[in-house]
Amino acid sequence: MYSELVMDHFSNPRNVGEVEDPDGVGQVGNPTCGDIMRMTIKVDDADHITEIKFKTFGCGAAVATSSMVTEMVVGKTLEEAAEISNRTVAEALGGLPPQKMHCSNLAADAVHLAIEDYLTKNGRSDEVPKVLKKASL
Amino acid sequence: MRSVYFDHAATTAADPRVVAAMMPYFGERYGNASEIHAPGREAHVAVDEARAKVAAALGAGEKEIVFTSGGTESDNLAILGLLQKLQPGHVITSAVEHPAVMETVRFLMRLNWEVTFVPVDGHGLVDLDAYAGAFRPDTRLVSVMTANNVMGTIQPIADLARIAHERKVPFHTDAVQAVGSIPVNVDELGVDLLSLSGHKLYGPKGVGALYVRRGTRLSAHMHGGGHERGLRSGTENVPGIVGLGVALEITAEELPAQQPRLAALRDRLIKGVLESVDDTVLLGDPVDRLPGNACFSVRYIEGESMVLQLDTKGIAASSGSACSSDSLEPSHVILAMGLGAEEAHGSLRLTLGRENTDADVDRFLDVFPGIVQKLRAMSPLYVKG
Repeated sequence: MYSELVMDHFSNPRNVGEVEDPDGVGQVGNPTCGDIMRMTIKVDDADHITEIKFKTFGCGAAVATSSMVTEMVVGKTLEEAAEISNRTVAEALGGLPPQKMHCSNLAADAVHLAIEDYLTKNGRSDEVPKVLKKASL
Repeated sequence: MRSVYFDHAATTAADPRVVAAMMPYFGERYGNASEIHAPGREAHVAVDEARAKVAAALGAGEKEIVFTSGGTESDNLAILGLLQKLQPGHVITSAVEHPAVMETVRFLMRLNWEVTFVPVDGHGLVDLDAYAGAFRPDTRLVSVMTANNVMGTIQPIADLARIAHERKVPFHTDAVQAVGSIPVNVDELGVDLLSLSGHKLYGPKGVGALYVRRGTRLSAHMHGGGHERGLRSGTENVPGIVGLGVALEITAEELPAQQPRLAALRDRLIKGVLESVDDTVLLGDPVDRLPGNACFSVRYIEGESMVLQLDTKGIAASSGSACSSDSLEPSHVILAMGLGAEEAHGSLRLTLGRENTDADVDRFLDVFPGIVQKLRAMSPLYVKG
């Protein structure tokens, strides 16, 4: 069912944990639906995501997409990170079974929510629509 | 890496003796059992002998056994075969049935039948009061499984059938998980219809049987050449039927020794898991459960993840989590026991079988706590105290 790359990210997930004193936090999902992802980020003065960590309650695809999205996002600017979508995450993993695509949605959404949280906390909520305009919500 | 198979409720390996008995019927004794010539007669005799074996294993008469393609077809034949010619009325079933029963009664609901899904308690046992109170003048059938595929709970079928018969209602039981694991006798249970499946009892896939008590009026669900006394058309799957007969013969012989052996292994596994992993509960009835079933809910982590991690260690298991099902719905069985979606998502089902040994249990207990720890470290729900 899962590609080798998905299984690699599942067995050896990157960036597990919580960023200390996060600049932005994004959490999606709930126990009822069976998937919860939590992203914490650190952002520098030039809007680069310098650190990102994840915690996930969910299946193999949920863990793999969380891990992959953190690898894709670290070092990027907020705008670049906002362009990452469920499709790009799934592609980066070499594809996901159709019934697991919703997991990649959650991973991208959690990152976007963390970005939104950072902007809002820093009095920049007016920028949210501009930064997240390319996000698939 | 040592391989451990703990998913016998999903399927079992066909016993080598079963496979050996089946082989001649593919290429050598390949006749069509309905033909009158020598090859046909040879096949016919094999089917008759298998029928006798199945009947003997259940305590039934040979004429009361219908061969099908498996448990799902037997369930469909029992329910639709009994009801399809009647005016829409009422059916009683439980809230924890296998989809082969549940979806068949749901199909009937689309044809204007009404169904009561009797609730179960926290262990998955049918609520007897609710059950007795569900009967109506237009109740035409009861269908309650003998033992559950998810958490292993064994229902009090003899009591349930008796209550149904007091009200003159026929009783069907899906015994797919029970036959071969616990003693099943159609007169002791008092059932009118009983489904069983070959591949759950070390027989081949693609074959099963339906027990139909003499006097029970069934109509065909598979139409065609009139096989199985008009009840189930289709050229007999002779190799499969032969295999099923031998598989049942073997389980009948070996059950007295296997049942306590498996129960002891299962109990050691349960004890080991509950002692080595916090925030974990056993699902299902602690006493009235299948000898090989150990089903747990592990808090803070998700079932498919556990199954995948175990798979990387060569251990096969399954889960009732939403993510591990095609429908993305959590197990209705776990929800019916009053547990929440979270408990369903964290479920892990281990079902032991004939070839499992103490070494398998040891191997599992060696790796499982580490897996739980790794997944909990990753979980947003696990906040260390």
